[in-house]
Amino acid sequence: MLILKLALRNLLGAGLRTWLNVIALSFSFVAIIFMQGLYTGMNDQVEQATIKALYGGGQIWQKAYDPYDPLTLPDAHDIIPEYLKILIDKNQATPILIRQATIYPQGRFRSILLKGIDPQQNILSIPSPMLKGDQEIIPALVGSRMAKSIGVQPGDQITVQWRDTHGTFDARDVTIVEVMKTTVQEIDNDQIWIPLDRLQTLLAMPGQATLIVLKDNVQAPQHLAGWEFKSLEYLFEDIHAVVRSKRIGGSTLYIVLLSLALLAIFDTQVLSIFRRRKEMGTLMALGMTRTAIIKLFTTEGALHGILAALIASIYGIPLLTYIARIGWKLPEATDTIGYALGEKLFPVYSTGLVVGTTLLVLLATTIVSFLPTRKIARLKPTDALRGKMS
Amino acid sequence: MQNSEIIKTENLDKIYPLGLTTLKALDKITLSVSKGEFVGLVGPSGSGKTTLLNIIGSLDSPTSGSAEVLGQKIESLSHKQAAQLRNKYIGFIFQTFNLLPVYTVYENVEFPLLLLGMNNTQRRKLIMHALAWVGLADRADSKPAQLSGGQSQRVAIARAIVKKPEIILADEPTANLDAENSHHIMKTMVQLNAELKTTFVFATHDEKVITYIRRKITLIDGRIEMDERKP
Repeated sequence: MLILKLALRNLLGAGLRTWLNVIALSFSFVAIIFMQGLYTGMNDQVEQATIKALYGGGQIWQKAYDPYDPLTLPDAHDIIPEYLKILIDKNQATPILIRQATIYPQGRFRSILLKGIDPQQNILSIPSPMLKGDQEIIPALVGSRMAKSIGVQPGDQITVQWRDTHGTFDARDVTIVEVMKTTVQEIDNDQIWIPLDRLQTLLAMPGQATLIVLKDNVQAPQHLAGWEFKSLEYLFEDIHAVVRSKRIGGSTLYIVLLSLALLAIFDTQVLSIFRRRKEMGTLMALGMTRTAIIKLFTTEGALHGILAALIASIYGIPLLTYIARIGWKLPEATDTIGYALGEKLFPVYSTGLVVGTTLLVLLATTIVSFLPTRKIARLKPTDALRGKMS
Repeated sequence: MQNSEIIKTENLDKIYPLGLTTLKALDKITLSVSKGEFVGLVGPSGSGKTTLLNIIGSLDSPTSGSAEVLGQKIESLSHKQAAQLRNKYIGFIFQTFNLLPVYTVYENVEFPLLLLGMNNTQRRKLIMHALAWVGLADRADSKPAQLSGGQSQRVAIARAIVKKPEIILADEPTANLDAENSHHIMKTMVQLNAELKTTFVFATHDEKVITYIRRKITLIDGRIEMDERKP
């Protein structure tokens, strides 16, 4: 208690020197929590948007289906099994049929994915109800990126060519009924969505699908002959890997910020030893033990961290809360890098993140304070009083 | 004056390594100081005054021989035991005052009492008494930087006497002071010695100080050349 009292007295007595260090360290606290919050927010935001628009509560794939290999698509379809049909009828799942196709925007050849979706479904956030109705035309949905890329708008017609289940080439004009704005590029780029039943008919694949999307919290059936259940964990593997690599990249800045703050503390402590060695000699002459002096100087350093946490909380909590509410506006180019992020990123600060960062900074501050202070243990009182280092 | 020996040295040597050679700072010092004495170690610069004072104050240890302070052998004390001896029984006054710059006058004087673990009420009483003794009760809230040299040394004296130690060791206490302040400081210490029966040992070559001391031990090249008592 005495050490704490003296350390606090020394710290407050040092005035500006203390406050400069504390403020610099508090910036690190806030910046580290903010940056880590951004990555957590990015992960959450991408996950939520992708779950809503694409993955639902998990997917069941026809066993030949591989989203990274278009050559599997001709075989990646099968009759929907009865036990999955029951789920679909109960509105607990929705089927999607995927076929490779070709369009010719401005006379150019372009390979796309033609996807069939049930217009009645409400499991995914795709505006499929727009595909209901008119049997005279084939209604189609495209994403805003796709629409921009091929230069179409609602009411335009596109000629789509494909090969049916027998390998026969066929083509039809589809009419764009809606351009959907979505942050999830996996339902947008190079894709045209039409009603499932129309696609099944056009492909001569009645009752067939490539994959079934489960509703959130619906248990996947146990026996899936010819089909494979893909959990959200599996589906997000790639996204998590990307976020993880981004987080590691961001950690470089985190480490630089923390190192700068710790360097300031370390520097202060080293300078303190050189500047205050006479003072230490005086403390020894007054009867303070070496251990107590080490404790005193280490506590002084550690208190920098505690004061910084307090200062950071004064301006950091309102600032970070405000940013979490209004979001962090992302640059235009973010839309092209493949994340389902939208225009704003909303940081998420977990208790673990805040407590973990605080403890990490406090521990690091204590260590860098202790290291130079150890030197005091070797200081002879007479040398210290003369201002010499032994 | 009582006759109990409070400081006793026997054949005390202190040798410092000096590059490839050595420097003998103290050479067979044998002396004893009784409780309540007002002793001056005098001599030219480099004669071993401060070294002897440091050993008596357990800030340093002898190379050979023995130094006994309040019954404790300095050469066999651990760092912790030496710190406890200084904390409880010895007060130091330095040439450069050695006040803690970020503390107020009150906090500087309070420091030894904090180490002794005294409670706030006791501390306050002793501090104000010590400050009144040196005539600085009204400067309790000042920082050392706001004080003159004489005032700073009086704070150092207050810090040394506040715990009522058995021994006060003063190393050139007037070296940085003008004549008027030097006399004032010395008169304060004479008064303390008379009232509290505290043993004072000075290291000095200041003639003004020498006029106040009652026992003068002259050191030359680390040896006692003369040990005179004033009548």
